[in-house]
Amino acid sequence: MFDAILPHLPILQVIVPLIAAPLAMMIWRPNAAWGFTLVVTWATFGLAILLLQQVLAQGVIIYELGDWPSPFGIVYQVDAVNAFVVLIISSIAALVTTYAREGILKEIQGRNQTLFYAVFLLCVSGLLGVTITGDAFNVFVFLEISSLSTYVMVALGAQRDKRALSSSISYLIMGTIGATFFVIGIGLLYMATGTLNMADLADRISNLGDSRMVRAAFAFIVVGLGLKLAVFPLHLWLPNAYTYAPSPVTAFLAATSTKVAVYTLMRFIFTVFGTRFAFQEATLMYLFMPLALVGMFIPSLVALYQVNIKRMLAYSSVAQIGYMLLGISLASVLSVSAATVHLFNHALMKAALFMALGAVVYRLGNASIHTLQGLGKQMPWTMAAFVGGGLSLIGVPLTVGFVSKWLLIQSAFEADMWWLALLIVLSSLIAVLYVWRVIEQAYLQPIPEGRAVKEAPLSLLIPMWVLVLANFYFGIDASLTTRVATQAAEGLLGMGGAP
Amino acid sequence: MTTDFIIGHYNYWVIIVLMMLGLYVVMSRGNLIKKIVGLNIFQTSVFLLYITIGKVTGGTAPIIWEGREDVVYSNPLPHVLILTAIVVGVATTAVGLAITVRVREAYGTIEEDEILAQDHEAEVTEGASA
Repeated sequence: MFDAILPHLPILQVIVPLIAAPLAMMIWRPNAAWGFTLVVTWATFGLAILLLQQVLAQGVIIYELGDWPSPFGIVYQVDAVNAFVVLIISSIAALVTTYAREGILKEIQGRNQTLFYAVFLLCVSGLLGVTITGDAFNVFVFLEISSLSTYVMVALGAQRDKRALSSSISYLIMGTIGATFFVIGIGLLYMATGTLNMADLADRISNLGDSRMVRAAFAFIVVGLGLKLAVFPLHLWLPNAYTYAPSPVTAFLAATSTKVAVYTLMRFIFTVFGTRFAFQEATLMYLFMPLALVGMFIPSLVALYQVNIKRMLAYSSVAQIGYMLLGISLASVLSVSAATVHLFNHALMKAALFMALGAVVYRLGNASIHTLQGLGKQMPWTMAAFVGGGLSLIGVPLTVGFVSKWLLIQSAFEADMWWLALLIVLSSLIAVLYVWRVIEQAYLQPIPEGRAVKEAPLSLLIPMWVLVLANFYFGIDASLTTRVATQAAEGLLGMGGAP
Repeated sequence: MTTDFIIGHYNYWVIIVLMMLGLYVVMSRGNLIKKIVGLNIFQTSVFLLYITIGKVTGGTAPIIWEGREDVVYSNPLPHVLILTAIVVGVATTAVGLAITVRVREAYGTIEEDEILAQDHEAEVTEGASA
């Protein structure tokens, strides 16, 4: 039985949540649907662990769907990068599901609860599909599966605050423009090369050299993905969507959806277009790096002035994407592995932070900074989790945030750009300020009179603390993550266009 | 730029015009329904682009013609791809319209500036109440 499963891990990864989604919808009772989703997401997580082990042991796995050979059929190509991102998504999905029950019961009503689980599973399956596929057009299809379900999940926050609807529709419009740009890019690539298989594309583009059509395709793909991953000037949809979505959804989205877009960008830039594509070097140097730097600072400064802490963290997410983009723009093995590690680390810290805030919203109904007054005494575990995640966000030693910033700074020195290291440290200082705002309110302000609040229920605290402890565990022992990320970066940079 | 070039790329001119038109409507109109229609026009231009790619000069429908070796077929792959993209487009429109209905129920309007004004108002009261 087990041996029969092993060769099919890549497809099972996607198909299990995809089939589970309509089944979850048919289960009428919310708790039963939740239990079902729980089993499915943890099973997917188990599959992801097996898959990563398999990849680390055997190298790249190529899975041909329906046994159609490579350039004709769709191929799932799993290397260290995919397997790692798949692990991130499925682990966060499993933890968020564990966390979601109470929050969903409170924030979404009636029949919508079971529908939520169906949409959630669809989103998981879409994100996993984007990550695992080796076919450029397939990326688009899965990207839209995940995006469409995300729009719905954001809109489900409307019961608590009607602004969820307006943010969902503006996300839909921008997301669709992004996806359509991406498809135009894929179409142009197909016109230029006549193939959609990523490995095949990489081959033909490097033979084709620099043509105007490939450049146009590159531009469309970069802008399209830029919208999806909320690169600094294209990030407008993100803060509102994160602020008004139901809390478990925010925790899930913040940890996974932009990460998948970052992965896809890396895949296209390094594997498909390859390092020999000269136009790309200029883009990395003169477009990505300035945007990354501006993105590290301006959203952080905006975050400082937010009253709603959920929105503050959303802006901080935009800033964190700047770090990942910086890692990509330096394009060395060290910097790309820093970006990859940061994918994982940022998922851990943001999921923990948003879960802690979700617990506050669960008890008090909103996430405004004034609500947090004196909460350190009334909800000690929740606020302690927030502090843990906050320390990691700043990049204090012994947390995962430190590991990614350390690698990033190292790669800045390696590229002989010491001023970059300075800027990275400076922008971290802004993070100190906005995390401090919360700590100050929670621990140094008196409890408002007449407010009696209990600690959040255990089902919220346990997944939250698992993530917080993971923040410290992978911060102290970073050997596993850095090893996988280095292998991933070598795979990305080596496969593309090494002469 | 000769007339041959202009006429020879007729499809592409149509695609470019539709693309820009759609994008312009999305950006310039405040009515959510009009925005979604604009989005549709924008996506349709991409469908046309793919269908154009699939055309092979002198090619016929890609159904195997037994016993004829000399037949040129059009490329069926872009057609298949764009069928998928059309489905995605329909789904996006459906979700977009459904959310618009909900927006109308919650806000009483589907004009973007009025929605933004209400959102802004909510934000101000949120800041003041604290």
